[in-house]
Amino acid sequence: MLKIENLHARVEGKDILKGLTLTVNPGEVHAIMGPNGAGKSTLGNVLSGRDGYEVTAGSVTFEGRDLLALEPEDRAAAGVFLAFQYPVEIPGVNNTYFLRAALNAQRKQRGEAELDSMQFLKLVREKLKIMQISDELLHRAVNEGFSGGEKKRNEIFQMAVLEPKLAILDETDSGLDIDALKQVAQGVNALRSPDRAFLVITHYQRLLDYIEPDFVHVLADGRIVESGDKTLALKLEEHGYAWVNDHDPALANEARA
Amino acid sequence: MSQSPAPMPFIDALRDAGNLRLPGSGLAWLDAARRENLEAFITAGLPDTRAEAWKYTALRALGQRRFALGDAAAASHPVDPYALTLPGIDGPRLVFVNGVFRADLSRLEALPPGLSLQPLSRVLENDPEPLRFALSRHYREAGDAFARLNAALAGDGVVLRVAPGVRVGKPVHLCFAGTPAQGDAAWHVRNVIELGEGAELDLVEHHLATAQHKHLATLVSDIVVRDGAKLQHALLQNAAEESTLIRRGSMHLGAKSQATLHVLELGGALVRHDLHAELRGDQARLDTRGVFVLRGRQHVDTQLSIRHQALNTASESIWRGVADERARGVFRGAIVVAEGADGSDASLNNKNLLLSAQAEIDTKPELEIYADEVKAAHGATVGQLDERALFYLRSRGLPNAEARALLTSAFCRAVFAALPNETLRDHFSDALLAHLP
Repeated sequence: MLKIENLHARVEGKDILKGLTLTVNPGEVHAIMGPNGAGKSTLGNVLSGRDGYEVTAGSVTFEGRDLLALEPEDRAAAGVFLAFQYPVEIPGVNNTYFLRAALNAQRKQRGEAELDSMQFLKLVREKLKIMQISDELLHRAVNEGFSGGEKKRNEIFQMAVLEPKLAILDETDSGLDIDALKQVAQGVNALRSPDRAFLVITHYQRLLDYIEPDFVHVLADGRIVESGDKTLALKLEEHGYAWVNDHDPALANEARA
Repeated sequence: MSQSPAPMPFIDALRDAGNLRLPGSGLAWLDAARRENLEAFITAGLPDTRAEAWKYTALRALGQRRFALGDAAAASHPVDPYALTLPGIDGPRLVFVNGVFRADLSRLEALPPGLSLQPLSRVLENDPEPLRFALSRHYREAGDAFARLNAALAGDGVVLRVAPGVRVGKPVHLCFAGTPAQGDAAWHVRNVIELGEGAELDLVEHHLATAQHKHLATLVSDIVVRDGAKLQHALLQNAAEESTLIRRGSMHLGAKSQATLHVLELGGALVRHDLHAELRGDQARLDTRGVFVLRGRQHVDTQLSIRHQALNTASESIWRGVADERARGVFRGAIVVAEGADGSDASLNNKNLLLSAQAEIDTKPELEIYADEVKAAHGATVGQLDERALFYLRSRGLPNAEARALLTSAFCRAVFAALPNETLRDHFSDALLAHLP
């Protein structure tokens, strides 16, 4: 589904990703872990098409298409969703209106019929149940005045409505207390399916207690230096990221030099 | 050696205007007022940018144009009445085509009791005396150059009175349509509106074009809101893309009266809108809300002047400007709290959005306070769309243009949030969105 090969990217003239390679298949949940500055958020931003990220080498294909050549909205229509680390507040834009416009724009792009307001409302009601989100949030402006937890739940709710093929969760756990974290994880788990893949980007292991990954990758200095199953996350939790550096001879040499 | 001034076709075209036969011609006082105003206008010529009031709006190009004195065929142009309708507005309607009253398009039958609504042309034929004061006025400020021209040449317009204590149930629709004529025409409309004590009125002023044209229109409105009266005034300006519209409104508010103005400026190549409001009675309240949305090479200049002259008066002004492509917007908001207007509360909030690097908006809030215990606040900003918000919307699938339009209309939202007629409010939003490039 998603094939990242030897990806190099820079931000403001600084190389951040330095040869990242990763393959994600439908139904899989991949966790990307790593210390601050490893390039975790850059990966999410490059995949979703944010301005200011320059890809200097490598390729990303999504279902055989060159993802990097697509505009952000076309990536969304192709089925890529990014749950933001910092969801943006947009005063004056109603949450429901926005979400319906987004869904219909995607459907139009894919050649599917647009949903009228009744059909959309029905869909929203179904998804609200999954997310246990208060419908009061729907009537407010996008993320405006939402608490940290509400913002993150709103991200997952949007994901539930938009039904992407690949969901990238960019540090969705940051700033959440344990209850909010559980709620978010529960929402994500409800959306797991054999057709849908997840890329869970996180600094901490604790989110993975609730969203169980099939694969865990450690990102350090712009590359994946270690991959394994969920037990890798536990090792990281126990030993810290320094363990990876010691564990990886190349990095260890670099660090010593 | 004296140098003769450069020839100005705009002024040359007015040389014979004194011989024009207009409604009311033959009334000695009106003839005199028209003649004096015409002479004053011709002598002064068009103001240039050295005049403070025209600092950001150059009239050189306009001065090189020649307009016909009105449109002789205005009474007979075919106009589809359906094109004049506004959703949610189905009350009395007064329609002018190229500045001339059209009974065939208006709706004046069965006016509610207490509402008097007539075209100026008819009032000048039948009973002109009550208008003597309003129409004899002499405009002296440089900012009022076009009001002078209007006073010289206006032959039609709206004369509206609401009797004291009368609440007019349905909104009154004033419709000013421009339509192509032989060549470019200049037409002038004069409105005199009065709400008696305790009266209530909803007014919708609508400028539109049935097809593209390059006419010049001037419009002068005097509105008096007597003690305890309430006025809701919505203005939708959707004039022809290449037309010129100069509008001067004055508003006098009596004690405990309330007036609310909502303005949406969309059309016109060159538009000037002056509003002079005076809060003359204690506890008068004025709310003004407006937005201009500009594209192409549009130039729109809004000049708001609010004077607090009585105790415990309040004014709140919320204005937004949006300019795309090579458009230019100007906003000046001047609030004066005069001596003795103690306890007044004045606020002015102006925010502007530039959607392209070539667009420009100049904003100038001014506050002068000569009274005590006054609450006053004003602020103005010029900025751009929030790139983070834009990316957020696009990452959810909204195409760039749609995302920009959504953010732009959200930016303008505060302006119409309080428009009580919900259908009209939706129509304003739609019209605004439709005008974005």
